Amino acid sequence: MHAFNYHRPSSVNDAAALAAKQAEGKLLAGGQSLVQAMKLRLASPSDLIDLGAIGDLKGIKVDGGSVSIGAMTRHAEVAGSAEVKKAIPALAYLASQIGDRQVRNMGTLGGSLANADPAADYPAAVLGLGATVVTNKRKIAADDFFKGLYETALQPGEIITQVSFPAPKRAAYVKFKNPASRFAIVGVFVADTGKGVRVAVTGAGPSVFRVADMEKALGAKFAPDAVAGIKVKADGLNTDLHASAEYRAHLVTVMAKRAVEAALK
Amino acid sequence: MAVRVSMTVNGKAVSAEVEPRTLLVTFIREHLGLTGTHVGCDTAQCGACTIHMNGKAIKACSMVAMQAQDANVVTIEGVAKPDGTLHPMQAAFKEHHGLQCGFCTPGMVMNAIDFAKSHPNPSEQEVREALEGNLCRCTGYHNIVKAITAGAKAMAG
Repeated sequence: MHAFNYHRPSSVNDAAALAAKQAEGKLLAGGQSLVQAMKLRLASPSDLIDLGAIGDLKGIKVDGGSVSIGAMTRHAEVAGSAEVKKAIPALAYLASQIGDRQVRNMGTLGGSLANADPAADYPAAVLGLGATVVTNKRKIAADDFFKGLYETALQPGEIITQVSFPAPKRAAYVKFKNPASRFAIVGVFVADTGKGVRVAVTGAGPSVFRVADMEKALGAKFAPDAVAGIKVKADGLNTDLHASAEYRAHLVTVMAKRAVEAALK
Repeated sequence: MAVRVSMTVNGKAVSAEVEPRTLLVTFIREHLGLTGTHVGCDTAQCGACTIHMNGKAIKACSMVAMQAQDANVVTIEGVAKPDGTLHPMQAAFKEHHGLQCGFCTPGMVMNAIDFAKSHPNPSEQEVREALEGNLCRCTGYHNIVKAITAGAKAMAG
């Protein structure tokens, strides 16, 4: 790992001020991706601005029809939260399927979203539920947040403070996971929001994406067979040693079907 | 530029000047001399470096020491009683021969203790799922699962 300067601000404002000054700096959340990337020298920030001491960024609040989760809330806290399990069980389940126990005790919601790994789980819930990403500067709709491979709408010096998830009528997340890393080879989040159906796919492409044809079919009839015949194109999907683009395209349909089945249970 | 890191390790306050890039596992092993915490893969896959930070099992190779600032850290050296009486989970590993070469054992035990706190009577499936982040390259999982199942019950008393 290359050397860097370490900062431990105690407020979001201080963190933002530090981030604005350090063009080559990076924000550190749980570090479950960033620290390993730095060890491999895939990332070599001049400065690390550790968000770990900012109390305001932690916690879960359920208010009427929505669940607000602080950016520094650990995956294990979301997975184990009785309130989240009650309001959006699919979200608690998704968090319980990230990485392994130790990773879930450190990894954070904000870190996962800011990193925007193409195979991360949380982006599927954020896009699938039509959540709102709240930063120190503005509110960003999920549909505007994910821009591409490891790319988001976040500007330099912008810090995610919390994410607000509207509770759906019913929802489910199913992933076909890499058996070693538990990353999603393909993961599909299906949500019947009451105002329509949203289908978000992670792991398959460079970034999480929605499948309009499936949403339309499920809007007409929320049943597994409504999506069984809907195929996504393999063009532009990921190919790696784990799965070809064609296989991933096939899995999108299979996982979507299973997610609808799970949502109906 | 060096930074001062301070935390409690196995009940003792410790503090040192370190480079910011010092990993927590490096701090524990090389600065504190507590070599029971192992480095296996160094890429967050094998779990040999598992310790407790504020009561939760985490991988000490996957964070810089400064992330544990002011935290309460417990390593494998800190789980037995001062008189040497093994922790119930350690005793269960011994009883059920939950180890072969022993390299992964400290991480297995630390993860198992944290897991057992919320699972006093776990099923085999739950134990196996809880071990997702710990690899045993001797493939001695069978007895490890038996040990953790028994250890969890013993911890619940």
